[in-house]
Amino acid sequence: MRQKMRALMLVAPLLIFVVVTFIVPILSMLFRSVENDIVPNTIPGTVIALSQWDGSSGEPPHENVYRNLYIDLFKAEEAKQHTRLGSRLNYEQSGLSSLFRTTGRSLDDIGELWQDPLEDIDPNFEEGSFWFEMMSGTGGEDFLETRRELMALMSDEDMSGDVGFVPSEEIIQLLPWTARAYTDFALWAAIRDGDTVAEEDPWESVYGALGMDLTNPDTVSAINSYNGAGASALQTAAANIDQLPQFGFREAFTEEDKDWGSADIWATIKLYSPSMTPGYFLNSVDMTLTPDGIVMKPENQQIYTTLFMRTLIMALIITASCIVLGYPVAWLLANLPMRTASILMILVLLPFWTSLLVRTSAWKVLLQQQGVINEILVWLGFVNDADRLVLMNNATGTVIAMTHILLPFMILPLYSVMKTIPPSYQRAAKSLGATNWTAFWRVYFPQSVPGIGAGSILVFILAIGYYITPEIVGGTDGVFISNRIAYHISSSLNWGLAAALGSILLVVVLGLYWCYDKIVGIDNVKLGG
Amino acid sequence: MQLIKTLTASTALLVVAAGAAYADDHMASDMTLVSWGGAYQNSQIKAYAEPYMEMNPGVSITWDESSNEAVAKLRAMNEANNVTWDLVDVVAADAMRLCDEGLAMEIDPNEVLAEAPDGTSAEDDFGDLLVSDCFIPQIVYSTTFGYREDMVPAGTPAPTDICALFDTETYPGMRSLEKRPINNMEWALLCDGVAKDEVYSVLETPEGQQRALDKLATIKDSVIWWSAGADTPQLLADGEVFMGSTYNGRLFSAIEEQDQPIAMLWDAQVFDLDGWIIPSGLPEERLNRVLDFVKFATDTQRLADQAAYISYGPARFSSAPLVGKHAELGIDMAPHMPTDPANAKNTFLYNYEFWADYRDDIDAKFQAWLAQ
Repeated sequence: MRQKMRALMLVAPLLIFVVVTFIVPILSMLFRSVENDIVPNTIPGTVIALSQWDGSSGEPPHENVYRNLYIDLFKAEEAKQHTRLGSRLNYEQSGLSSLFRTTGRSLDDIGELWQDPLEDIDPNFEEGSFWFEMMSGTGGEDFLETRRELMALMSDEDMSGDVGFVPSEEIIQLLPWTARAYTDFALWAAIRDGDTVAEEDPWESVYGALGMDLTNPDTVSAINSYNGAGASALQTAAANIDQLPQFGFREAFTEEDKDWGSADIWATIKLYSPSMTPGYFLNSVDMTLTPDGIVMKPENQQIYTTLFMRTLIMALIITASCIVLGYPVAWLLANLPMRTASILMILVLLPFWTSLLVRTSAWKVLLQQQGVINEILVWLGFVNDADRLVLMNNATGTVIAMTHILLPFMILPLYSVMKTIPPSYQRAAKSLGATNWTAFWRVYFPQSVPGIGAGSILVFILAIGYYITPEIVGGTDGVFISNRIAYHISSSLNWGLAAALGSILLVVVLGLYWCYDKIVGIDNVKLGG
Repeated sequence: MQLIKTLTASTALLVVAAGAAYADDHMASDMTLVSWGGAYQNSQIKAYAEPYMEMNPGVSITWDESSNEAVAKLRAMNEANNVTWDLVDVVAADAMRLCDEGLAMEIDPNEVLAEAPDGTSAEDDFGDLLVSDCFIPQIVYSTTFGYREDMVPAGTPAPTDICALFDTETYPGMRSLEKRPINNMEWALLCDGVAKDEVYSVLETPEGQQRALDKLATIKDSVIWWSAGADTPQLLADGEVFMGSTYNGRLFSAIEEQDQPIAMLWDAQVFDLDGWIIPSGLPEERLNRVLDFVKFATDTQRLADQAAYISYGPARFSSAPLVGKHAELGIDMAPHMPTDPANAKNTFLYNYEFWADYRDDIDAKFQAWLAQ
């Protein structure tokens, strides 16, 4: 026990290093493949309200959803999160990115539709201090904390600190929409901007929210019997609701962009509102989530299954050609006199000292149609000048260049295994009457299999994750799944999809490894000695 | 009246001077700038960084050649709460995405950028090129075609029309196109008879997208798809392709600096913008330094100076008349600018909004089409 502890202590630094710098980042990256927090965090009220909506009717949702959307989007716009949500949803439906971006710009205008008449009705509504006095009170601590949590989740920032404002319980009951909008504003003003809430003019959304409250007849009658702070202004407003816009937020949103009235948009938002989604995984196997369940994507958008299959097949071809080319070289290395063998060894290792990009670019010079190989073949008369061989920008190019690049990973394990095979075995076989071939095939080869196994695993796993070489010489039919992963990581920024593709690749590799263990046995793999 | 004017003027001067002194004490002394490497970054070093360091001897500038992956890297840095870049050179589409993601700082052009020498405000001087709230434009470049003069069949006039791309009978040989739908889809529709101002409304529909892919399919077998800007000049120089698309500055250097038998085909060139963004959330000292640098590096003279090293058009109206000769070759740069009237007879402006919306969708179709 103590010895074990001591051993553990000795490996602890390395273990911690590996866990912190390798395993944790990989796991967190893989977690992205199902994570979808951004939707419920950015528009929490809308997501809840939308759960009531039945998308199959083809009708856009109820006014209540649009009201929640307005309150949610307004603060998301302040925190610059609405465009991130737009980019996220745009992966699922084209057009949502600009819908959220342009709507974000017009949220102030929507609020002003209510702000301007309210301020005309009673100039008190222009004053930040008036609003503060009307909204403040006691009893709203829990309400404040709830809004604070939602705000922290939405903006991904620490929202703790003193707000200098507590909403009054009475006003929360009386004006529920206004209380939400104003509390959001107070939190943002006090904590993010460091301002004194009472001195700041409220957001336009607060006026919009008061407009929402005033459409409720119960609220209007309650206002008339209300006698707390701001009662007279509220009563004036309630008496003059005919001066406020006579339409709801659904009209206001569809006026800004008619897409908000489309049931398709809402169906997409509803589909992707849970905080976990299988959407990325479905995408990576050419399927998609629809309100009617999981379906295959249209044929002209199916690509990933093809790429996965191609990656596996080409990695196998590359591994096979590495075995064919590497085996004789390793045999020579193991059987030549020491001096010659070490020169040969240097030649094998030489490519390692050259940058990968340089080696790949050199293949370009060799393989292209006006390149060295074609020139020589034409000069020798083997190939017509008019139909030169197409050796690159296709699968052939990838196989040639990658076989060359990965060859040392095959030769080295083979060599170290062959080195341990005593030459006397083969001599014994021959002395017992075996031909050269039988002696090799029945005696020598079986002993070198562990080297082939080790080399193949190395080459295959490296090949499956390669992307620079296929990108440069692969053209269109020589690219791998890793090229799409790289594209989604660095170009389309769809990290969720990249993570899903990466997870599938990882599972496939582990699965193949398991198969290998079952068929050949992992004990049969030797890297040396 | 005069007195008041003098007073206000001198107060303003005092404020500016005080501001400068204040800024000096509160500026970081090193900056990390991110750019594209190669000739382009070199032109920035020559035109912006070296003069700036001469004026501010204490400042050191580190260059990082990561613009290609700037969006992804900046996102990762931001998630790790450790943004090490101070100023990042990106194309306008990336600037929009960075702005959308809240990774780039919004700027007020009139406050952050210098006025034109005649007093025109920065906002008017850059005009429509301020395509995003975070974007500080530097250059206008274009994606356009170059072709091998010696590979034009004898007796055939040299191509002057973009649709020569699809005319493999008159102009046999391979073509090189970028391995992405952007620009290629537009050219395909244009050559399939769609009017220029209807291209995007056609491309919005699945039928229009299929139509563009079908048009591209007519030359699919003779296309080499590139992903690095240097590919087409190399393919042209080696005679691998007859014509290919790339950035006009790359073609300029192949034609004028390396003397290759290549000619420009400016028809239907697609204008795009490149410029700076400031990462959001920089500490105050670093931000002050960057703002100071940006104001200098994007003024009228500096933008015009850059054009002496590379054939990209300056993004300010007021810089255009100041564009002179190439710093080493001594040739006039104006005729090599994509914005030169002779070159800009038929142009496209990269449609940022459209591609921000449809990029994912069309790219999926395009890649699936490529893989078929």
